[in-house]
Amino acid sequence: MPALLFWPFALLMLIFGAAVVLNRNPIASALSLVVCFLGLAALFLSLNAYFIGIIQVLVYAGAVMVLFLFIIMLLDLRAKERRHRNVAALAGGSIVALALFAQIYSVIRSLRSADLPMPPLTDQRIDDVRNIGTLLFDKFNLPFQIIGVLILVATIGVIVLSKRELR
Amino acid sequence: MVTLGDYLLVSGLLFTIGFAGVMVRRNIIIIFMSLELMLNAANLSLVAFSRFRVTPAGLPDYNVQVFVFFIITVAAAEVALGLAIIVALFRARQTTHVEDISTLKF
Repeated sequence: MPALLFWPFALLMLIFGAAVVLNRNPIASALSLVVCFLGLAALFLSLNAYFIGIIQVLVYAGAVMVLFLFIIMLLDLRAKERRHRNVAALAGGSIVALALFAQIYSVIRSLRSADLPMPPLTDQRIDDVRNIGTLLFDKFNLPFQIIGVLILVATIGVIVLSKRELR
Repeated sequence: MVTLGDYLLVSGLLFTIGFAGVMVRRNIIIIFMSLELMLNAANLSLVAFSRFRVTPAGLPDYNVQVFVFFIITVAAAEVALGLAIIVALFRARQTTHVEDISTLKF
């Protein structure tokens, strides 16, 4: 992917990711998160991961964010003016986050292969849906079935949790 | 030319933004969205490594992409459960502010 396309999408993703944290209104945060996920999907496409990019748009920007917006509107949350800004938590959180980023940055700098560009793909036909599907049903068959059970458990859990009274 | 380090740097920045959101914000729904940001940052670096490790057949390493697929699935289940818990909490306490929910705090 040319740098001409990488940096605009990365910047879009980071700006709207920051908007998620900075917005006072939860609905504005959720919509910023949708744009952030779309930028991330573009970065996945730039890495030749077409299947993951499409899944990102369908599952995250589509299903998950609609769920978030439903819940926010169901609970009728407004951008309330909070009583006091907790300055200590704000400063502490920012310092810890900055320290974390400094650590991540130093690890990336010490990585020898970090300065190498992506190696070219010799096989130009990238049918990654077929390749991922083959792996999923062959090598990763057991994890795949466990994931299915996990989703079943999550579904039952959600139904139990959202019943009016638990007996 | 876009290097592997550029992708990792963007991923690290996104992770830091999500982490700062979890640390700083007090609205439980925003905290939950920040958690999603962190999960997606991890996915971005995984996919970058997948593209960087080209197999002898000249294709990206698809084992990593299957792993990312599993992460997305688990995250979707986690969102559904977490939001159900938040709704149940809101019914019981009429709040989504973490400072109002301190029963388990020592």
